[in-house]
Amino acid sequence: MSVLKTTTYDPPRTDGFVFSPENKAKADAYRTRYPEDRQASAVLWLLYLAQEQNGGWLSSDAIEYVAAELDMAPIRVHEVATFYTMFNLRPVGRYLVQVCRTTSCWMRGSDAITKACLEEAGTGALGEVSEDGVFSVVEVECLGACCNAPMFQVNDRDYFEDLTPESARAVMAKLRAGEEVKPGSQSGRAGSEPQEGAKTLLHLAESPAPAGDGA
Amino acid sequence: MPKLTIDDKEIEVPAGVTVLQACEMAGAEIPRFCYHERLSVAGNCRMCLVELERAPKPIASCAMPVSEGMVIRTDSEMIKKARNGVMEFLLINHPLDCPICDQGGECDLQDQAMAYGFDHSRFEENKRAVTEKYMGPLIKTIMTRCIHCTRCVRFATEVAGVEDIGLVNRGEHAEITTLERAIDSELSGNLVDVCPVGALTSAPYQFAARPWELRKTLSIDVMDAVGSNIRVDARGRHVMRVLPRLHEGVNEEWIADKTRHACDGLARQRLDRPYVRGADGRLKAASWDEAFSAVASRLKGLEGKKIAAIAGDLCDAESMLALKDLMSDLGSPNLDCRQDGAKVGEGPRASYLFNTSIAGIERADAVLLVGSNPRWEAPMVNARIRKRFLQTGMPVGVIGESVDLTYQTQYLGAGPETLKELAEGRHPFAEVLEKAAHPMLILGSGALARADGPAILALARALAEKTGMIKAATDDEPAWNGFNVLQRVASRVAGLDLGFLPGEGGRATEDILSAVESGEIEVVYLLGADEFDTARLSKAFVIYQGHHGDAGAQAADVILPGAAYTEKNGTYVNTEGRVQLGRLAAFPPGEAREDWTILRALSAVLGKALPYDNLGMLRQSLVERFPVFAAIDQIEPAAWEPFGTEGAVDSAPFALPIANYYMTDPISRSSETMARCTEALGKGAVKATGTDG
Repeated sequence: MSVLKTTTYDPPRTDGFVFSPENKAKADAYRTRYPEDRQASAVLWLLYLAQEQNGGWLSSDAIEYVAAELDMAPIRVHEVATFYTMFNLRPVGRYLVQVCRTTSCWMRGSDAITKACLEEAGTGALGEVSEDGVFSVVEVECLGACCNAPMFQVNDRDYFEDLTPESARAVMAKLRAGEEVKPGSQSGRAGSEPQEGAKTLLHLAESPAPAGDGA
Repeated sequence: MPKLTIDDKEIEVPAGVTVLQACEMAGAEIPRFCYHERLSVAGNCRMCLVELERAPKPIASCAMPVSEGMVIRTDSEMIKKARNGVMEFLLINHPLDCPICDQGGECDLQDQAMAYGFDHSRFEENKRAVTEKYMGPLIKTIMTRCIHCTRCVRFATEVAGVEDIGLVNRGEHAEITTLERAIDSELSGNLVDVCPVGALTSAPYQFAARPWELRKTLSIDVMDAVGSNIRVDARGRHVMRVLPRLHEGVNEEWIADKTRHACDGLARQRLDRPYVRGADGRLKAASWDEAFSAVASRLKGLEGKKIAAIAGDLCDAESMLALKDLMSDLGSPNLDCRQDGAKVGEGPRASYLFNTSIAGIERADAVLLVGSNPRWEAPMVNARIRKRFLQTGMPVGVIGESVDLTYQTQYLGAGPETLKELAEGRHPFAEVLEKAAHPMLILGSGALARADGPAILALARALAEKTGMIKAATDDEPAWNGFNVLQRVASRVAGLDLGFLPGEGGRATEDILSAVESGEIEVVYLLGADEFDTARLSKAFVIYQGHHGDAGAQAADVILPGAAYTEKNGTYVNTEGRVQLGRLAAFPPGEAREDWTILRALSAVLGKALPYDNLGMLRQSLVERFPVFAAIDQIEPAAWEPFGTEGAVDSAPFALPIANYYMTDPISRSSETMARCTEALGKGAVKATGTDG
């Protein structure tokens, strides 16, 4: 019988980790939100700051630094960091491309988007960092942009929507070249209106609203 | 008190209990894996589902508090199906390796799969496998068997007080890990007991025996003065393992690692036949007759005061009484059971007992530790203090070396000076004690082994009286005695109770040793005594009666092989003054004999036959002369009478008596497992505390 072999959990180490002065100040500000004896509640904030500073991923050192900051046992912070999928425990590329694969996106062709992204990034598999260190591509569950499926998110921040394999490649090519790209729909529609133009409330477009009908 | 109906049976239960507990009270058996009555509730195994009337789906009974008028069913068709389903899920990733699993035969999962599971699996996909984790030398892990109940995580965090184990990742990828560090706790062996499956098993015991092959004997532990209740599992003559047995007053259901794992030392370095030192200075194997006649010829015509006896740390009360009687027949007043030279024992019983009692710690609301590291001297006592600390956050002051006790402590000072300040009310912590309703003081045995021991005892007593640690019973409160001496060796309290102490004009341990050096004492009888510099005995004729070839046997001229604690029926008194009976689990090896029979036989050879022919007569004599031994497993509160000698105290800081928790007596020193623990946890090297203070 073949088995799924999980490896021993042991995130890579870096040569120590300390907050930059700015992040230290931010961390201290976050900590003031919690009572003196409930400082551990700030763990997610601090981990997120640490991930940002560490180039998008958390090393063992960063996790244990956060533990020491909050006076928690290291294992408790490891538990938190491994529970949430938005903490990366392996190095990632400069641009982390998270392709949504949940129902709406999948029905609209997310498999093809993933394939195109992997090819454009030049990495063999999901989660790997491209050789030039620019990209890593992963699949994630619903990012809540179902009206504009399929889509991907870059670096926890920018949504690129209404993708086709071609437009996905184009976005990534621009990112690689360092050119400016506009987040949002890549098919040109505004917001999440229907793709072939408006279908309802058409009378509003034809006749201006009667005066005095301020909603 | 809420009333509820469980399987058509009406029952009234205390408010605040869970449905699972209520079901147990009603006599309904509820299967469970993650629920453990001494740990917090996790509610993640879902095995304890029961049907609650008007609830849309089965409820996890371990996490549901009872409320008035609940109608519960534990035997319906729906519950049968639910348990079936949960069991099937639990077994999806559980390997079918019971035949090679050490837990086999005493496995909750195995038993419950038989009782509540399907007879086959419908799961055809790949099972997962998980790599083993390192948890130290005592625990073997086979993590593929883990069902993620998190009992081990909760035990380590809550009871042991070491946050070393956790559950990382989630869902299909969840795994228990220690981040490859050994668990730095004296209670880690209990993880094996709390694990309901074969994921954590005892490493020293791996592949050694099956539970149904073992003869189980209920006995008492002697590795420290707590007197943990144990079950000794033996096969033939070999003790295979030691397990805890429930005693709410002493060890609850845990035991310390030394108690559990030092038992492999019982098979090594044993004295299994008598030896006599020949003219060439070498020990030669001899028969019992030869050994006895060597002793008899040396004692012939010798004045009583030239003979001395020292009893060791693992002795039972019976053998100490027999030796005491023999010595008094020989006319010797020189006997002592305090090898470490503790200056305590001549006074009333309250001066050397843990008067609060171990269960009594759960009433305390302030603690002062003086020259003691309970984590090593009595791990079960430390676990109780931690339990109480978690309940109340009570202040714990420490005088002496500051060590990690697994709970928060306030360091007050290093030596007797601080104790004096407290007793005179000049220290802020004195106020904390005074304000507490049930303050307690724990005086370590190390603090009493100093030359100024009597003065320290007097100081501690003064502090106890001043801060209201001694309270008589009132209408709503039972009596409270917060003065405690934490003994660390199993034989001590029994020895003091039966007066194994210098008689009139007699000498104590240190005096005996110097008298040997000056030639005033010519014969020394060591009853399992190894914990002092036996080289100082080189001028004397040394008779060593004991079970291990340790320091005492090295120095001996005649060796009489005795029985270890698992090999004899003996009476022990723990630090609280609780009399408990140890029982024979396996016979002593070779020609070794139960200790009191050796003394009885020797007394006959010496022409001073002791007046008891069997253990019953000996015990009767013991009880008649020392009535405290009659109350088996009961605590008689000791009367509060004056003790201690006021005097000047030395300013030297208190030193802790144990340098290496894992090796404190002949049995643990012979144990391979304890040697591995010493190596892995670096107790000897890193945290040396015994003599460097």
